[in-house]
Amino acid sequence: MTDVNSVRPQARAETSVRPEEVLLPPVDVIEDAAGITLFADLPGVSRDRLGVHIEGDSLTIEGRILLPAPEGLEPIHTEVGLAVYRRVFTLSKELDPDRVAAEFNQGVLKLRIPKVEHAQPRRIAVQVA
Amino acid sequence: MFYRSLFPRDVLAELDRLQRGMQQQGDVSPSIRGTGRGGYPAMNVGSTAQSVEIHAFAPGLDPASLDVQLDKGVLTIAGERPGVLPPKEAPATVHIDERFSGRFRRVVTLPDDVDPNAVSARYTDGVLHVSVQRRAAAQPRRINVV
Repeated sequence: MTDVNSVRPQARAETSVRPEEVLLPPVDVIEDAAGITLFADLPGVSRDRLGVHIEGDSLTIEGRILLPAPEGLEPIHTEVGLAVYRRVFTLSKELDPDRVAAEFNQGVLKLRIPKVEHAQPRRIAVQVA
Repeated sequence: MFYRSLFPRDVLAELDRLQRGMQQQGDVSPSIRGTGRGGYPAMNVGSTAQSVEIHAFAPGLDPASLDVQLDKGVLTIAGERPGVLPPKEAPATVHIDERFSGRFRRVVTLPDDVDPNAVSARYTDGVLHVSVQRRAAAQPRRINVV
């Protein structure tokens, strides 16, 4: 037991507002010399319900699921029990947020984040003295 | 002795057993096909008085490559999802690798009263939606009292 837990319990209660429960979409992140490619699975999200935002160095991917279903549907077995996907990544400074290209096809988002020009690799010649 | 395990072996085995026990607790009657949770594609099954609706969350597929079969009240969804990861010799680094790739097959039992001749399947936004009608005889009917 440390004293930290008992310090200002009220302040703690105020700040620990539970964030909305969301689905965490699985991703693949692959880096090559020119940039980073990110694939994310967001099944059930249509193009107009998908949001990709970059603010400062944080990249947010979010989407809302809309499934075609008849009225009065009673769930029997549920594996996807929430309707919102969200995942946030922190970009590093050598990535260029202004030239991000996005494709979205059948629930798969592909993001290409190139590196800024000067961060791209350059072969360094080793001089022999 | 630098690589000594932090915990004795039996503690880890105990934790593993505990975790499995907790997963099974959630299911009142575990299915003979296992819980299937975490498999690909994830599935939701629901029913109405007229039909049974199955949603399979299978993003990034070519709908023509999906194999959907209904046989003796058992629905099977199978296919293959190509991977996107670069070959080992490529000059690229994989930082996160969470998405499923490869062959998959999932099987669900449907209620007894489904009509195998009235099935429709659509693939939209990476979700396969299979709708199976129930037989008319099984649908609730209002009986008029004269």
